[in-house]
Formats: sequence, structure tokens, C-alpha cells
Amino acid sequence: MSAVWVDREATRPRSKALTRLRATGPAGIASAVVIAVAMFVAVFGPLLAPYPPNLPNLSLAWAGPAGGHLLGYDFAGRDVLSRLLAGAPVTMLGPLAVVIVSVTAGTLLAVTTAWRRGASDAVISSGLDIVFAFPGILLAMLAAAVFGASLTAAAIALSIAYLPYVARVVRGAALRERSQPYIAALEVQGAPATSICLRHLVPNIAPLILAQATILFGYAMVDLAAISFLGLGVQPPAASWGGMIAENQDGIVQGYPLPALAAGVCIVTVVIAVNVLGERLFDQAQAAPR
Amino acid sequence: MLPASLLVASFVIFAALYLAPGNPIAALSGGRPLPPGSVQILEQRYHLNEPFAAQYWYWLDNALHGNLGISITLRENVSTLIASRIWTTAGLVLYASVIIVVLGIGLGIVSGLRPGAVDTSALVVTAVSAAIPAFVAAIVLITLFAVKLGWFPALGNGTSFLSDVRHFTLPAIALATASLAVVARVTRASVRAEGDREYVQTAVSRGLPARYVIQRHIVRNAAIPITTITGITIASLIAVAAVVETAFSLDGLGAYLVQAAQSKDIAVVQGISLVLVTAFVVVNLLVDVLYTVLDPRLAPGSGRW
Repeated sequence: MSAVWVDREATRPRSKALTRLRATGPAGIASAVVIAVAMFVAVFGPLLAPYPPNLPNLSLAWAGPAGGHLLGYDFAGRDVLSRLLAGAPVTMLGPLAVVIVSVTAGTLLAVTTAWRRGASDAVISSGLDIVFAFPGILLAMLAAAVFGASLTAAAIALSIAYLPYVARVVRGAALRERSQPYIAALEVQGAPATSICLRHLVPNIAPLILAQATILFGYAMVDLAAISFLGLGVQPPAASWGGMIAENQDGIVQGYPLPALAAGVCIVTVVIAVNVLGERLFDQAQAAPR
Repeated sequence: MLPASLLVASFVIFAALYLAPGNPIAALSGGRPLPPGSVQILEQRYHLNEPFAAQYWYWLDNALHGNLGISITLRENVSTLIASRIWTTAGLVLYASVIIVVLGIGLGIVSGLRPGAVDTSALVVTAVSAAIPAFVAAIVLITLFAVKLGWFPALGNGTSFLSDVRHFTLPAIALATASLAVVARVTRASVRAEGDREYVQTAVSRGLPARYVIQRHIVRNAAIPITTITGITIASLIAVAAVVETAFSLDGLGAYLVQAAQSKDIAVVQGISLVLVTAFVVVNLLVDVLYTVLDPRLAPGSGRW
């Protein structure tokens, strides 16, 4: 009997996450599968690429799909499928880094200000209002002008630009949580503020933070791809999905739209999945019984 | 709040680019060595030998008088260069805004009022189109409507107002695609929420005509969240326009900012950033003003604030 009990205890966190995922319905599960495949490609894509992604062969420029080259060749005669696989890491792990940085920093700021209120809240909130005046893409363009065009500069700029979006949602939730009786009870018992926040308040609003992070990942992926499309992010010849659209844009007018469209379809597929799952998680977090 | 946030924004723009690596004298001379006399003249003319705060003050003072300095690459007044391009960007954003307001809000109201097949298909369509970035929309539209069907030109500005409308149609649709879907989804949700309220059921059971209930009760009360999301998305188009202008080779502010960022033309980057941030803040302010028109309870001095 006790062996069974220990076993169930050990698997509880995983089954809880699975139950939550199952509750997002078929669309949510399908989205999670698409995201899992995308993340697999983001990690192992370069190893899966059947041909060297950066080796040009101008005699094959714009050649269509043929024998083993499923998506044909790009403007420089490189295998399009290999470039899609090689470009997957920067296209998806870049946004992931942006989301991790901005959600961590944003949560930290929001929970601190919601807890302490008063002057520090006023200062940090108006600081975030000023950051809000800079749209992400504009801040990324400024960063490119100052530090030179690179994915790192763009990712740092976006991490800052998204701070107010994280902080607003988390601050509201943290304020609501702060007024709950259990927090007051912990305070009366003399628990230190940091431990109340880290061990009780943040875990209780974690579903909302996760939902916001998922939605933000979609924004980050679109914005970073746009910046690479503008030539201010990932620098050629390195492959990225946004950059592939820019470098193969001439092919559209010349009647060879496949290389650019293939990269576009990849971006849209992942972003649809992220948006649908994010929306479901958000509804779930807000409907959760308190 | 508006002047304060613009002042701080202007300081951030100036300070960031002031700290950018690179010697302004070398940039002005194009990298050629200059005799010490000319260096001194340039330093005096551009206040380069003065402290940071003084330089910021000169720049801000000049900017408020419409003088944003000189483009290093084009050797022309930045204000003139901005003035010749601002209408492309403004026209594009305005055109896209009209599409978003008419189609986005329209679609949202229809699918909010008609649960069932109409609503479900609208939800699927908007879920897809919300995920289409402007530059992907651009290449799809060019492939279909410019290359395959030949209905619209693929690239460039027009020569007159009417040809501008034709040239701007695909770019405006590309710019509107994702935002339209977001606005439609929020509109649908708030119309649906309002339609379920008791006062609407009361109005319907009293026998008021459906059109009257929809216009006077449902849409009027759903207007606040709809205005919020429409305002936010339209304001965000000001920055995204850079992507669309580049994709369609339009001669707008955003495309010019991208070139200036690549060539490190600091005065141009500062000037355009300042204009775009101002536009962004002003649009957000207009939305706040619109709230008080839509809902007099929110007006300052009404006792609620």
C-alpha cells in the first residue's frame, strides 16, 4: 500500500501539468504538440539538415524541388529545407531568451511594487510608462543604430520593451493576491516578506504568468523575425526564418515564391500554435477557483 | 503626463545615440583626416566640445524649433527629409486604421451577435490572421495580387493621390492583417459579454426592436474595451509600418529609419525616433480623451477619479 502511495506522490507534479494541458481542449493539445515539435527542431534542427545550409551554388539559384531537395533552392542555390532547419534555433530560442528575461524581470518589479506600494511603486510604475512609449521594433532599431545590427542587440531591446506588458498583468494579479486573508495570516505569523512572495504569492499567480509568457513568446517571435527581415537582427549568411524571407523576396516578383513562402509558413504555423495555447492558458488562469 | 513622458523619451533617444561608439567628427568628414582648424570650426558649430547636458539642451531646443540637424549620408536637413516622407507613413497607417476599424469591429460585432457557424468560422479566420506577421502578409499579397493576378503594383509609391491609393492598398492590408484579427476577437468577446447582461434581456423582453437594442445598448456599452484595443493596435502600427514600407519599397519614415540605423546616420535616427515616439504617445492620449466622450463617468472631475 505504502509503495503505491509513494509512487503517486512522485508523479503528481507531472500529472497536474498534464491535467491542466488536457483541460485546454483539443485545440490546446494540438497547439502544444506543434510547439513541442517546433522546440525539438529548434534544438536539433541544424543536426537534421540534410545539406550544408550555407554553401552557395549559383547554378542552382531558384531551382524548384527535385530529387531529395523537397523545397528546392534559394536565391544562392542553397537547399531551402536545410536552411529552414539551420535557422530554427535563432528564430525560436531568441524569442525564448527574450521572454525568460522580460518575464523574470517584469515579475520581480511587479511583485516588489505591489508588495511595497508607496513611493517605489510610483517611481517604477512611471518608469514603465515611459518604456511603454517605445514600441518594441522601434527600440530594436535604436539598439541596432547604437550597438550595430545583431540578434543580441535586438533581443536586449525587446526584453526591455516587453517589461511594461509583463508588469501590468502581474502587478494587477499580485495586488489582488496581496489582499487575500492567507497573506495577512502569514504576515501576522511573522513570515518574512520575501518568503511569502516567493513561496506563496508567486506560485499562486504562476498560471497567469505562464499564460502571459506564452502570449509574449508569440509577439517576440514575430518582432524578432521582423527585425531580421529588416536586416537589423541575424546577419547573413546565417539562416533565420525572417532573414530568409528578406533574402528571397526578389524571387516573388520573378515567379519563384517558394523559398520565401516556406519560411513564412513556418513562422505563421508556430505563432498560431503559441497564440491558441496562450489564449487557452489565459482563460484557464482567470477562471481558476480562488 | 504627456509632456513628461515625451521629455524623458527625448532624453533617452538623445542619450542612447550620444553614447553610441564612433566619432562624430569622423562621421562628418566621412573618415578623412581634417586640419585642426576645420575640426575646431565643426566642434563649435555642432557644440561637440560642450558638456553632455548642454548638447542635449541644444538638440532639444533645435528640435522644438523644427531643426533636427543634418543627415550625414544625404547632406540634407533632417526635418526636410522627414517632411517629404511623413505623408507616406501617415497615409499608410491611416488607410490600415480604416480597414481595421471597419472590418475588425464589423466582423467582431457580427460574430458576437451570431453564435453558430458565422461565429465559429470568424474565430478560425481571426486565429490564423492574428498570427500572420506584416512581412509574411506582404509577400503573400505580392505573390497573389501583384504577380499572379496583376491587380495592384508590387512595389513603390504612386505619382498622384489616386495612384497612391492603388499603391498603398496591398501595404495597408498587410499592415492591418494581424491587428484586424485582434480587434475582431476583443470586439466579439465584449459584444458577447454585453449581450448576456440582464438589462439587454429586459430591453428585448420589453419588445424594443433588435436594431435599437444593438445600437443603443450593446455596442454603446461594449465601446470602451473596443476603443482600448483599437487604440493600442493602431498606435503599434506606427512602428510596424517600417516593416511594411521596407517590404513594398515605399518611401516612408520607417524604411528610412531602417536605412539610417544601418548606416549609423545618428541625426536621422534621433529625428525619426522622436517623431514616431511622439505620434505613438499622442495616439494613446487621443484614446484616453475618447474614453471620456464614450463614457462621461470617466471624465476628470466627475468624482470617479
